[in-house]
Amino acid sequence: MYTYDEYDQRLVDERVAQFRDQTRRYLAGELSEDEFKPLRLQNGLYIQRYAPMLRVAVPYGLLNSRQVRKIAHVARTWDKGYAHVSTRQNFQYNWPELKNVPDILAELAGVQMHAIQTSGNCIRNITTDAFAGIAPDEVVDPRPLAEILRQWSTFHPEFALLPRKFKFAVNGCRSDRAVVQLHDIGLEFYRDAAGALLIKVWVGGGMGRTPILGEVIEEALPWQHVITYCSAILRVYNRWGRRDNLFKARIKILVKALGIEEFRRQVEAEWAHLKDGPHTVTQAEFDRVSGHFTKPAYEDLPAADAAFEAHLAADRGFANWVRRNVHAHRQPGYRAVTLSLKVTGVAPGDITDAQLDTVADLADRYSFGELRTTHEQNLVLSDVKLGELFALWQEARAAGLATPNIGLITDIICCPGGSFCDLANAKSIPIAESIQRQFDDLDYQHDIGEIEINISGCMNSCGHHHVGHIGILGVDKNDSEWYQVSLGGKQGNDASLGEVIGPSFAADEVAGVIQRLIDVYLDHREPEEPFIDTVRRIGAAPFKERVYADRQPLRKKVEA
Amino acid sequence: MSQLIKLQAGVPGLVEADAWQLVRLPAGEAEVKKQAGKVVQFRLTGAETASAGQIDATEVPAGPVLLPLSVFLARRDALADRLAAREIGVWLETHELVETLAEAQPDLSVFPVIGVHIERFADGRAYSAAALLRTRFGFTGELRAFGDVLRDQLFFLRRVGFDAFLVRADRNAAEAIASFNDFSEPYQGSTVIEAPLWRRHAR
Repeated sequence: MYTYDEYDQRLVDERVAQFRDQTRRYLAGELSEDEFKPLRLQNGLYIQRYAPMLRVAVPYGLLNSRQVRKIAHVARTWDKGYAHVSTRQNFQYNWPELKNVPDILAELAGVQMHAIQTSGNCIRNITTDAFAGIAPDEVVDPRPLAEILRQWSTFHPEFALLPRKFKFAVNGCRSDRAVVQLHDIGLEFYRDAAGALLIKVWVGGGMGRTPILGEVIEEALPWQHVITYCSAILRVYNRWGRRDNLFKARIKILVKALGIEEFRRQVEAEWAHLKDGPHTVTQAEFDRVSGHFTKPAYEDLPAADAAFEAHLAADRGFANWVRRNVHAHRQPGYRAVTLSLKVTGVAPGDITDAQLDTVADLADRYSFGELRTTHEQNLVLSDVKLGELFALWQEARAAGLATPNIGLITDIICCPGGSFCDLANAKSIPIAESIQRQFDDLDYQHDIGEIEINISGCMNSCGHHHVGHIGILGVDKNDSEWYQVSLGGKQGNDASLGEVIGPSFAADEVAGVIQRLIDVYLDHREPEEPFIDTVRRIGAAPFKERVYADRQPLRKKVEA
Repeated sequence: MSQLIKLQAGVPGLVEADAWQLVRLPAGEAEVKKQAGKVVQFRLTGAETASAGQIDATEVPAGPVLLPLSVFLARRDALADRLAAREIGVWLETHELVETLAEAQPDLSVFPVIGVHIERFADGRAYSAAALLRTRFGFTGELRAFGDVLRDQLFFLRRVGFDAFLVRADRNAAEAIASFNDFSEPYQGSTVIEAPLWRRHAR
């Protein structure tokens, strides 16, 4: 993974000193609330319901065990003994005190971590596929260009005060696991027939209040131009993006207003000035950064392992875990393993300090000391030997990290919601728990098969509800919490946005509604047909009919 | 004490003597735009916000003056002699386009000073305006930021090409100078330091 040189380290250290002084001036009354706000946000610090929330960057979701131990240390020392994996692959703390944040950032800087630009109206952490570098279907490792873009976007003087937040996602696989169509800029790296590295560029996607799939602005951008081309997009956006209305300030609104043709024309006019300039990425720089993302020292292993097969046949619990939580790897004899942070009764994505220490140990002993965060809010050990999966499973299970539910109905994406977040209209964590309890039976979960339920506590859509096969959105009606259910969203190459099925539900009704949606699916599915395919085949009507069959009296309740 | 910081040979310092008089449009009819019950605080890019009445009513004193773009455009013929005498600078509102100025006056070197009014510190348009003035339109004179100019933006303002900074009157400009040194080696190039780090140093 990328390791800092003296320049990277100095920038992060200088940032800590800068923020320490900004915090001092704020606490001394020299900076107003409004003046401090963008400064703290660009260090990942929100003022929340109970305490500030600190979001720590995990660039493109890649971590080493030393960093994970530091995350645990911070959780233990300055928080309440846990941390939370966010849907943009970062870590969040819910309970730090403002006066301690400079010290926390100094600790993090010691392991090459920071909270730079994890919030605010600037270019945010760049996300990618959690299986980058190991996925069998990968065409291009997206991490070197993601790191090059990270450095370009860090403290960019011209793009530090954009109309609104700006999110990049990058993907180098045939199948998109980075949701590139729902980001301000989505980049797909691929190779042409001659082997040249090209980039397909989407622009203007996003979730939030106005969910929109991005449009392709450039089909085949040679990789050397990635910075100059993105600079042109950012400059057009910085100048013309709407600042008069917070809800219309994302680039997606500008792209829609101009139309993709006119937006492209403006970007290309701007790019004509920047193209081939000093930010044209050189092969030498690409090679230097790529040198940080080399293969670990894999052993030459056979594709099969007899002991593994024996355990698989003998132990049903292990077999279930392998089926759901173990993933193909491009290196023979190796697998990637997802450690589930979706245990019923625990907020999705939450992990304790002790579990973090365990995860760091597991990474050291089984996976070259490296791991990843996923946008589904789980952790991945990227390089585990087939023959060691059984031992790993036993240890992970003892630590509560081996729930065999990856991709199943209880593997719910969920924002912190009204339990912590000041923006939320409604709580989301208890809704996730009620669904997990409804479908707690593992055999039943496996029978239902692959399905994604995504929950957001408000329109900001941190829980990515628009792309959940079933999406749940917390809404506020007359000061009480209600939940709108949508159907048919999907991430991936054939991404789609879910459609709301009808009037919203009270909190205690949601799990029952999900049960009815599942019942309709089970009645209609064809052999091996996953939930989303059934929804796409039969449409929303049969689902709506079942859910609202007896809801006349309840509707009155809502209106009353 | 002066609130004006200037870079001299790249070193920021307070400047006591400043000959330039800032000319503002007289207050117009207060047009309050609201959206969702809130007063709209940012004006749309390219919007023409100065009325003919305001422009006509603007008094231009003798001596070096920094004029609103709209006043300069309306009176440039009458100001030709003073422009030649290098007494005329021009300033843009955050939402005004540098292209408007450059189309009317392609040779920007006639202006000893161009100002950009930072109406609100969180409005990043001024940064693109400065970058364009320096890199696209080749302006090499003094580029002055004034208005809501605060310490924590100085490092970025300098990097996009501003070289004069009139710190907001209620803030300590002398202390603010320290923030020019917030970072020593930026990653990316911009107007000042054009090349990205990887072209500047062997890494």
